[in-house]
Amino acid sequence: MRKVYMDNNATTRTRPEVAEAMLPYFSEIYGNASSIHQFGRAARAAVDSARGKVAALLGAGSPEEIVFTAGGTESDNFAIKGVAAALRSKGNHIITSSIEHQAVLNTCKFMAKEGFDVTFVGVDENGVVKLDELKKAITPKTILITIMHANNEIGSIQPIEEIGKIAKEKGIYFHTDAVQTVGKLPLDVKNSNIDLLSMSGHKLYGPKGIGALYIRKGTKITPQMLGGHHEMGKRAGTENVPGIVGLGLACELAQKELATESKKLTELRDRLYNGIISRIEDVRLNGHPKNRLPNTLNVGFKYLEGEGIILNLDMEGVGVSTGSACTSGSLEPSHVLTAMGVDPAETQGSVRFSLGRDNTKEDIDYVLEVLPPIIKRLRDMSPLYESKKK
Amino acid sequence: MEGQYSEKVMEHFRNPRNVGEIPDASGIGNVGNPVCGDIMRLYIKVDDKEIITDAKFKTFGCGAAIATSSMVTELVKGKTIDEALKVSNHAVAEALGGLPKIKMHCSVLAEQALRNAIDDYLAKKKVKA
Repeated sequence: MRKVYMDNNATTRTRPEVAEAMLPYFSEIYGNASSIHQFGRAARAAVDSARGKVAALLGAGSPEEIVFTAGGTESDNFAIKGVAAALRSKGNHIITSSIEHQAVLNTCKFMAKEGFDVTFVGVDENGVVKLDELKKAITPKTILITIMHANNEIGSIQPIEEIGKIAKEKGIYFHTDAVQTVGKLPLDVKNSNIDLLSMSGHKLYGPKGIGALYIRKGTKITPQMLGGHHEMGKRAGTENVPGIVGLGLACELAQKELATESKKLTELRDRLYNGIISRIEDVRLNGHPKNRLPNTLNVGFKYLEGEGIILNLDMEGVGVSTGSACTSGSLEPSHVLTAMGVDPAETQGSVRFSLGRDNTKEDIDYVLEVLPPIIKRLRDMSPLYESKKK
Repeated sequence: MEGQYSEKVMEHFRNPRNVGEIPDASGIGNVGNPVCGDIMRLYIKVDDKEIITDAKFKTFGCGAAIATSSMVTELVKGKTIDEALKVSNHAVAEALGGLPKIKMHCSVLAEQALRNAIDDYLAKKKVKA
């Protein structure tokens, strides 16, 4: 059976050349990057080179602004807790949005328990943060604004340039969770007034277990991982050299291919959407119609619950996911769709197709072939669809 | 069992038994609402000896909701009303080889849908008598 992977916002396949480049750092070049002997120096050179590549992709002022972490979640935790700890005497107010990834959402909720005031700014029907609400939320006590670059479930791109400007004017730090956008959208942290930016290796065809936090020079942040003097004293722990090498190469390749990949993915994504709406009725697009990640398509199939669709697609060899209830081990409907004001019943039948560099036109056509009978079969079983027909 | 469905659940999800409606049903049971993500509608046909001769369902919900609907219709066919009233959610889950903890509520819905269908049948019978 044909296998089609369309869950690239969950994770991507490590590029073969990236995996290959990592291998020597498990065997021949195994030194500790902090050691002063030749074994250590070889590892250090690889780490420094990778740091430069990450900095280049983000548009950082210097490689020293990149701190390697264990992934996106650690970067988000570090940014929020680290700034909160460093600026506690200045203020105790944090602004975020209602559609953040759990790594930011749950860290902010934790900070609230620790005595911080947290404002969760709402979004419009396209899943874009309301800037007027954000501006109104700012108080003299506000120390941090943390808003994601693009949403993982629906792909809507957030106005980070504007947010950066607002934050700068008020002298507030701006952190963005760019896990879904690094390598997919052009980024320029220097000119976008971004003070902190989280990224992850495995979302851009690099390995899992490695990520980075961009920290603009001069930003006050308290380390959260204590130990040795690694990572310019900001994050202790022996460097994950193979992971760092993999991340570096993944960033270098992403930078080279960004424009062509983005164009290709947009075409495939739109082919999929147009194919779906011409074959299936009562479908809604979740997310911004235009200003969206090039690879992300979230569609709601009315009268249905998402898990049934996912399980059926899985039986046909197609891997996708739902922002809804069942798959994530939670029975709550998607907090993102709920924040957008989607009718509660309609949040249930949403499916996220997130394409990647390995997807082809044939993959799209295969999904368009197997999907309509699945939807029909499930709708024939659905009492909601029955009520609609009557 | 954590998270994943048993073979039996997947089998009933892939090939659900008794999908549909019974136009002249003796009793209809509705349960759930779309906000929670599950709706079951269960139809039973009962003969004059109080035996359930047919059962059908329509369900909006996850894999477990469809599988439990399918299983409960299979379990009650051929049973008397008294016997059917003894079919518990645990019996449905057990017949499916178990359900993930987080999905046990689906078996509760199936039991509830069955109870509601039987109540509907008994109420209609009373009116006739």
